[in-house]
Amino acid sequence: MNIADELLNGSRLALSRAITAVENEHDDAVAIMQKLYAHTGNAHVIGITGPPGAGKSTLTDKLAKEYRRQGKTVGIVAIDPTSPFSGGAILGDRIRMNDLTLDPGVFIRSMGTRGSLGGLSQKTAEAVKIMDAAGKDIILVETVGVGQSEVDIVKTADTIIVVLVPGLGDDIQAIKAGILEIGDIFAINKADYDGVDRLNTELEMMLDLNQVKTNWRPPIKRVISHRGEGITELADSIVQQAAYSKESGQFTQRRTERTKSELLAMLDEQLGRHVRKVLSSGGKIDQLVTSVEKREKNPYTVVSDVMESILR
Amino acid sequence: MEKRVRILVAKPGLDGHDRGAKVVARALRDAGFEVIYTGLRQTPEQIAEAALQEDVNVIALSLLSGAHNHLFPRIVDLIRKSGMTDVLMIGGGVIPDSDIPSLKAAGIAEVFTPGTSTTTIIDYIHANVK
Repeated sequence: MNIADELLNGSRLALSRAITAVENEHDDAVAIMQKLYAHTGNAHVIGITGPPGAGKSTLTDKLAKEYRRQGKTVGIVAIDPTSPFSGGAILGDRIRMNDLTLDPGVFIRSMGTRGSLGGLSQKTAEAVKIMDAAGKDIILVETVGVGQSEVDIVKTADTIIVVLVPGLGDDIQAIKAGILEIGDIFAINKADYDGVDRLNTELEMMLDLNQVKTNWRPPIKRVISHRGEGITELADSIVQQAAYSKESGQFTQRRTERTKSELLAMLDEQLGRHVRKVLSSGGKIDQLVTSVEKREKNPYTVVSDVMESILR
Repeated sequence: MEKRVRILVAKPGLDGHDRGAKVVARALRDAGFEVIYTGLRQTPEQIAEAALQEDVNVIALSLLSGAHNHLFPRIVDLIRKSGMTDVLMIGGGVIPDSDIPSLKAAGIAEVFTPGTSTTTIIDYIHANVK
């Protein structure tokens, strides 16, 4: 199967295979991405993050349905944590989106974090590009936002929605995680629960204190995802945010930053691999480790020498 | 190499609960697999489409309410028609031994009935996944 060509022709199987090739670092992954890249850049990418149990998957499902009602096609990347012990994962976001499975205008892919730090955001970004090249109008990237790598994923989006729920103990806790600074829109889900007004006020106060002020004041939308309430209003605020972002230049600025950090990350990775490959030949790395352990050499000199010999 | 084995645990038909499927799903996760579980009351079409989108290596079908002879072969058929070759399809649940030969003939590689240890299932997958 010529994956790239068939994907561009509309094959869902090819789309699926392309994501697998990238995730598993197949030999043909680079060639596939090289072919697809020119077809990317059209989709509106929306990141959805928040603490576990906030209702992100249910919200993603309802938002996707709203976009389908508007006649748009949707790609969804749903990320769940991989066990650091077993290396396995239960990817259970899809279970909230069963209605969408047979909709030909929707494609859902579940990904595990697989324990890699920077690597995850790279692979997610590639899955997004693949769905973009396949012609999806909207791509929703849904991930738990409690770690730096998850925050990195969401930062690659054009619009970032932070989903919170009232009464999760210390409401400030979720705000401390750093996701406050990246939210373009806040969605208080399960807005029929106690504590919703308090959470709303706390969020407004935090936004007042926010040092980095742009002309976009993130709106706080109340939704009850499982009942589909507040979804249309949320979709409207996404439209408004996108319009502001484009008019103010923030849209292009973010995309430029995204391209730059991706390029640097890819270079870092390739260079790192090259260094490891050079050092593993003839057991060089083991010799260096021994000499450092015996204090014959210090690691700083070792690194400096290695860099010099590689870059000569 | 980042390759992980991806397994779809799926419940076709109208079963009333998924306790067994969840036990198996957890065991598979603990064995290092990526498990996609799509919940109760899935149609064959939903299962085949989810398998395609997730590009799974294994489909583990669970059925307790007796419809396996009808639904399992239907799912095998849909998977073949979708162009997905090399998917290992296994089944479990309340399935009489006498039904197993025909299920195998229809394309279910192995059937794991109640009492089977999860280790047996895990070892089988390791040995037979492509």
